Amino acid sequence: MKAVAFDYVVAKRLDDALSALAEGGEESRIIAGGQSLGPMLNLRLATPSLLVDIRRIVELQRVEDTGNATFIGAAVTHAAIEDGLHPISDRGILGSVARGIAYRSVRNRGTIGGSVAHADPAADWVLTLMALGASVVVKTRTSRHQADLRGFVRGAFSTALAHGEIIEGVVVPKVSAAARWGYYKSCRKPGEYADAMAAVLIDPDRRVCRIAASAVSRPPVLLEELATVLAESGAAVLERGAVADAVSRALPHLDAIEARVHAAVVGRAIRQAVAS
Amino acid sequence: MSKTGIGASVLRKEDARYLHGRGRFVGDIQMPGLQDVAFLRSPAAHARIHNIRIPETCASAIFRAEDLAGVKPIRAVSAIPGFKVSDYPALATGKVRFVGEPIVMAVARSRALAEDLVQQVAVEFEQLPPLTDALAARQPGAALVHDHWADNVFMTTAINGNIDDLAKTAPVVVTREYRMNRQNMAPLEGKAVLAYWDDRADQLVVYTSTQSPHMIRAGLSEFLGLDQRQIRVIAPDVGGAFGYKVILQPEELCVAWLALKRRHPVRWIEDRRENLTAGANTRQHHYRVTAYADERGRLLGLDAEITVDIGAYSVWPFTAGLEGAMAGGNLPGPYRLEAYRCKTYSVATNKPPFVPYRGVARPGVCFAIELTIDAVARAVGREPAELRIENLVPPEAMPFTNIAGKKFDSGDYPNSVRLAMQHIDLAGVRARQTRGEPDGRLIGVGFGMYTEQTAHGTGVFAQWGTPIIPGFEQATVRLTPDGGAEVRIGCHSHGQGMETSMAQIVSEELGLTPAEVSVLHGDTALTPFSTGTYASRCIVMDGGAVTESCAVLAKRLAKIGAHLLQCRVDEVRLEGGRVKGPRGDVSMREIAHVWYRRPEQLPADVDPAGLEVTAGYKPKVDTGAFTYATHAAVVAVDPELGHVEILDYVIIEDCGVMVNPMIVDGQAYGGTTQGIGTALYEESPYDSSGQPLASTLADYLLPGATEAPSYRIHHTETPSPHTHHGVKGVGEGSAIAPPATVVNAINDALKPLGVEIAETPATPRRILAALSAAPKTGRAAA
Repeated sequence: MKAVAFDYVVAKRLDDALSALAEGGEESRIIAGGQSLGPMLNLRLATPSLLVDIRRIVELQRVEDTGNATFIGAAVTHAAIEDGLHPISDRGILGSVARGIAYRSVRNRGTIGGSVAHADPAADWVLTLMALGASVVVKTRTSRHQADLRGFVRGAFSTALAHGEIIEGVVVPKVSAAARWGYYKSCRKPGEYADAMAAVLIDPDRRVCRIAASAVSRPPVLLEELATVLAESGAAVLERGAVADAVSRALPHLDAIEARVHAAVVGRAIRQAVAS
Repeated sequence: MSKTGIGASVLRKEDARYLHGRGRFVGDIQMPGLQDVAFLRSPAAHARIHNIRIPETCASAIFRAEDLAGVKPIRAVSAIPGFKVSDYPALATGKVRFVGEPIVMAVARSRALAEDLVQQVAVEFEQLPPLTDALAARQPGAALVHDHWADNVFMTTAINGNIDDLAKTAPVVVTREYRMNRQNMAPLEGKAVLAYWDDRADQLVVYTSTQSPHMIRAGLSEFLGLDQRQIRVIAPDVGGAFGYKVILQPEELCVAWLALKRRHPVRWIEDRRENLTAGANTRQHHYRVTAYADERGRLLGLDAEITVDIGAYSVWPFTAGLEGAMAGGNLPGPYRLEAYRCKTYSVATNKPPFVPYRGVARPGVCFAIELTIDAVARAVGREPAELRIENLVPPEAMPFTNIAGKKFDSGDYPNSVRLAMQHIDLAGVRARQTRGEPDGRLIGVGFGMYTEQTAHGTGVFAQWGTPIIPGFEQATVRLTPDGGAEVRIGCHSHGQGMETSMAQIVSEELGLTPAEVSVLHGDTALTPFSTGTYASRCIVMDGGAVTESCAVLAKRLAKIGAHLLQCRVDEVRLEGGRVKGPRGDVSMREIAHVWYRRPEQLPADVDPAGLEVTAGYKPKVDTGAFTYATHAAVVAVDPELGHVEILDYVIIEDCGVMVNPMIVDGQAYGGTTQGIGTALYEESPYDSSGQPLASTLADYLLPGATEAPSYRIHHTETPSPHTHHGVKGVGEGSAIAPPATVVNAINDALKPLGVEIAETPATPRRILAALSAAPKTGRAAA
């Protein structure tokens, strides 16, 4: 199938993109890497009147140290993160996760901001950024604000982003040198969307312990009680079915087999983190 | 053997253009005035069409069934008694019978604009009960896919061996139910067709992505009502076909009709969604099998019921009858049986028509018989591979007619299994299993053995009652004025490397190098008639015809050569591209020069037919050359996630004499990888309303580089006694064994837990479901 006819604007600056969106009205949409929107256009699941391309906006490609966090511009590609083109104080977490996203040709074009905006429940970045406690920087024509990713992602393929707003980037808190982490996903093939995935961060120096688990048809969740036990007792959390219990409490909508797979995946991510 | 003749791994002549992106596929063809077609396809699985509303403004570019004047529905009738006839309309007429069935055709300057037109059309449906399960659709009282039928059964076949006595006396009885689920065949290039009217030739010219240009011409002629001489079908480069492109598609008929009407070039390029949901559906079989054996596991008899989910229509020319007939005839596989009873049902449902796919029926029957062999082995507590060896037809029995009447021509089947046991290191795997794995995975080893009837001819297809039955095959070999050769064959090469292997046969026969030989194929105007590329037949049939033509040409070359050398014909021989006599030699180039340009030097009694020969061929015994192979795999099953990793994969293959061993290996790599797709990944599920659930490659998983293990291939070469050079077909075989091999390996791994998988693909979910249902005390089930 082929896309419907639409207008196309390449924005050079963020303000230009915001103006174009405002002038284009409700049927205008942003395109960055196009790795999700492209197929939706061709299948006519998306039928915009105007696409505003933000890939060439220099402000969206910057990565900056902001003191206790790193700002990553929305148009930074998965490949750039995989290749370590920008210094990020994350103990290599983002680079390692990036390496497992889809295929290299997708990573060459796909962007971190696009992934957050698309909010696919099976995508890697939302889950990973949630485990890292990241927030989203949103720019409008008149304002700029920062929102916790947890509240920002509202559902499967749904975020708090309003029409006329653009994600400028994500802010990822730094982790300490002692931080340990684990990331596991269950895919039928390398590069395919995962059936289940989990990210674990144990950073005692910064009093952080988070376990993020994917939820199939819903946004990822943080398993907070389980994380508390993990922080206190380490690998012992893997005993006596505690992980399976936590998964079935947090993800009651999963069927028995999905719950079994999710529990195994969370368990493996914890095991990786404890052993790292 | 010459250095570039039969047996040489010559690099493929066609690869340079493919690897440099210079192939010419239908989608590459540009013509002035070319327009694109898009189809409105049914959103309903089963519904009556009440009204099709087309806006006045675009009425001239949109066509319904009643607009297609002169077009008949595709009617593919099997001569098998009792076969019920289905009319497969070019555009839906009265009713739609599957999601994706074309209802309306739109034409515009681009595909996107044609799709815009399609969106203008509104159709009013009356929903009818969808039939999505062949076992249910087969029952009396089910809603009818074709209103004028009494039930939904296209046809049944029966082989009525006496099994009742065995049922009373056999010491070991094993009963199983198997499913090979519906899947797709996913060639890199989908279907594509471009047509226009050529006034100078007074012909409809149809470029189409097909395996069989001559058959497509016959089909277009029959259903368009145009003489065959007024149709020229050209198959340019074709990006994989696998059986999908041996079938006349309704879209081909629509585009051909539109070109007749509009005269300017029009085309339809199938997209991936159309391919996945409306086009290339295949493989869906259900089995109930009971095997009777003695205490040692010696097979005594087999009692089976096979149900094939045909979908809505019978496809032309192979019909809805081929799959079921082949399944019933092939289930005994390479094994000796004393009794065999089998009933097959080919059932109409509200899904796309079943299309024969690489291996045709045999991946399903191999899955059923090979899983049954393993189940018998578990029941009697023996090694499955050893049970195979004892039950196979032994080499001393060859040639052998099996219980279903298959005439095995040659081979040492037990040795094939023995080699597989050695190469997979069965003893080593068993030792590893007793040690256990540090990561908690379960190791299993599985075997799959098959014979593949190849290049089966007239009698076999007559028995299956298909509308077109293959007979003699012709090939033209022409020596060009500069001493090279042009070969014209009527089948089509689309991955098989025939531009190379046919040139190697010429090299073997005439001593030219393959670089001096051009092979033309894929154009009804340029090539002799052939029913085309299917049934793994081309190396036997077209290769045989090329051999025949070369032999005639060689005699004519010897005659002229001897005259030029001033010696007797019986004193010369053809060697290294030259005619050699007792006192000197003369090159083909010189002979060709004399024939074409210096005829005054020819002998007075020269054959006036010259240096161009079209000879015909079919093996004297055309019941098939039987290729055979044993596949063996070691897998690791992750019992927490249900994932399967193939750790090792061995292929022991015998396809007779190999013309190009490198190409044979390539066929094994490709076919086995497709078979692994069937085993583990590929599935086209439908929901209860008949909606296809895998409509993109995100939902339809294909094996890729990371899923293909490093195959280890070993060849034996048992020449066929029936064919030129002892060759046997090899194109399809490797896709047959992997579902059986991989699932047997999974079941071997799961044996301690007392569960079996009996369905393809063996997805993580199916494996976990089986494990969830496992008996708590892990004991092997009988």
